[in-house]
Amino acid sequence: MKNPVMTASGTFGYGVEFADFVNLEDIGGIIVKGTTLHPREGNDYPRMVEMASGMLNCVGLQNKGVDYFCKNIYPDIKDIKTNMIVNVSGSSLEDYAECAARINELENIPAIELNISCPNVKQGGMAFGVTTEGASAVVKAVREVYDKTLIVKLSPNVTSIADIALAVQDAGADAVSLINTLMGMVIDIEKRKPVLSIATGGMSGPAVKPVAVRCVWQVAKAVSIPVVGLGGIMTASDAIEFFLAGASAIEIGTANFIDPAVTVKVAQGINEWLDQHGCASVSEIVGQLNA
Amino acid sequence: MKKYIKDLIVKEVEFPHELYVLLKLTDEEPLPATMPGQFVEVKVEGSPKTFLRRPISINYVDREKNELWLLIKKVGEGTHRLAELKVGDRLNLVFPLGNGFSPVQKAGERVLLVGGGVGVAPLLDYGKYLKDNGAEPVFLLGARSKTDLLELDLFGAIAPVHVTTEDGTEGEKGFVTQHSLLNKEHFDRISVCGPKPMMVSVARYAKKAGTPCEVSLENMMACGLGACLCCVEKTVKGNVCVCKEGPVFDINDLTWEI
Ligand SMILES: Cc1cc2nc3c(=O)[nH]c(=O)nc-3n(C[C@H](O)[C@H](O)[C@H](O)COP(=O)(O)OP(=O)(O)OC[C@H]3O[C@@H](n4cnc5c(N)ncnc54)[C@H](O)[C@@H]3O)c2cc1C
Ligand SMILES: Cc1cc2nc3c(=O)[nH]c(=O)nc-3n(C[C@H](O)[C@H](O)[C@H](O)COP(=O)(O)O)c2cc1C
Ligand code: FES
Repeated sequence: MKNPVMTASGTFGYGVEFADFVNLEDIGGIIVKGTTLHPREGNDYPRMVEMASGMLNCVGLQNKGVDYFCKNIYPDIKDIKTNMIVNVSGSSLEDYAECAARINELENIPAIELNISCPNVKQGGMAFGVTTEGASAVVKAVREVYDKTLIVKLSPNVTSIADIALAVQDAGADAVSLINTLMGMVIDIEKRKPVLSIATGGMSGPAVKPVAVRCVWQVAKAVSIPVVGLGGIMTASDAIEFFLAGASAIEIGTANFIDPAVTVKVAQGINEWLDQHGCASVSEIVGQLNA
Repeated sequence: MKKYIKDLIVKEVEFPHELYVLLKLTDEEPLPATMPGQFVEVKVEGSPKTFLRRPISINYVDREKNELWLLIKKVGEGTHRLAELKVGDRLNLVFPLGNGFSPVQKAGERVLLVGGGVGVAPLLDYGKYLKDNGAEPVFLLGARSKTDLLELDLFGAIAPVHVTTEDGTEGEKGFVTQHSLLNKEHFDRISVCGPKPMMVSVARYAKKAGTPCEVSLENMMACGLGACLCCVEKTVKGNVCVCKEGPVFDINDLTWEI
């Protein structure tokens, strides 16, 4: 990887939407929109509501399905010279495995990020990610058909995220990424109705960062595979917090909406911080909290 | 069309009425190419509550003076903050976004531009474009009351203006769809921007009259770039992003009950 900064799924489209603002090849990795075996229309509007220092969304994995991705989107992104990673979702073990198998065929996709943590779809999604058994089963099913790098994205909406992380490590994951959004709800008091179409949504942005840092810290202590940290990162100093908590790479999501060029700014800021602190690379600070 | 992220300079601030502010922005370099009906995403500084950017239509672009205008109604904290900007301040914009209104289709075509409230904003730029490119725009502007009618003199300098107010303090009393103009004159097509109920009733009128009609939607947006899929509108082609495929849509592509 060129640098430890990636983009979070669902917040950076397929990368090309941001090509006017950043040189995509200056980003360490681009994790594209959540992809499922079959096309999905997603949830009804309204799908987004703002809050202090963050937002909630219930997009619900709108996408045109993996076949459309392979035929119509992959050709446009395959020559972008960085790690193009596909975020894979499903509602059954078979769907996850079949979708992963199709992406396994794509030469220029070096990894997938398995989303077992989406709070916005009725069946599946997060259902797999909230029990050790469910998480383990889906990772095993995918591992059988997928032989490149397998990152598993974890939900913070659980009692012990470290236990889930251990389960996916044992099931064959090469890395874990966390956190996906935190389940939340906002009510319009005049209408006495939830603002979002499906009542609840996933919280993201700076408001969730302390939760994310805590999760990364707990998981990094528990597992031996690499941890990718995300949740509310807006600046290089936010990113450094995640490295110190034990992440060896990070993803940036919601911040792209505020500043479409934020990824390269954070990557640059990380280097400056490392220089100022006499560190040659991020690996020197990963998990290096003072006791 | 290439998109930019730029700090523009506030050159003038006007208050057409206490509820509205008109910001005239400029840049050291010539402003990028924009199309009428496109919008900008404005970053509001110093307000944690206003976390996301705010989508605002391009009201007018004056190429000679190198000015881009935003006409803003103060509704919540973000727009109130924007109204506190002073001459010389910088405002960070991501723009130009969206598809814009239809280009001129044939010389001399008569296009009715219907605006309601602050929805009149993009029609100024569009009306000027139509006029400059051989079409014949006519404005029909609606507001609650006389004081909510914005930039009437500027509209009047481009093309004929017809007005309705709900309280009858200016023009004909009632809603835009009740204006006598609609029974008297023929239009080749209609473009509308305003509150949703108004757009629906104009769409209904247009459908009945068999006149092509496009509307500019204002769905809640997060990224403005077609990346987050938060701003979708149901269309005959499924859920599409208003920020990218819109904000302007042909009424036949929407699933409104009209
Ligand atoms: C493409 C587009 C073009 C627009 N052009 C203009 C314009 O030229 N001039 C102008 O004054 N306003 C325009 N708007 C509406 C403007 O974006 C909202 O009024 C603004 O975001 C409100 O921000 P706030 O912080 O003041 O209010 P908030 O406190 O965030 O909200 C107050 C109320 O404003 C409404 N609102 C909030 N965000 C939006 C939104 N994105 N779209 C519609 N309503 C919203 C909601 O009903 C909310 O309850 C446009 C919206 C879109 C999507
Ligand atoms: C609009 C939106 C859409 C998202 N879609 C997905 C998705 O398809 N798959 C996924 O794994 N995560 C998705 N996420 C979650 C983000 O990738 C990320 O985990 C979360 O937003 C926390 O990071 P942030 O605070 O930096 O945004 C989405 C988030 C947002 C805001
Ligand atoms: S606002 Fe993000 S896709 Fe339209």
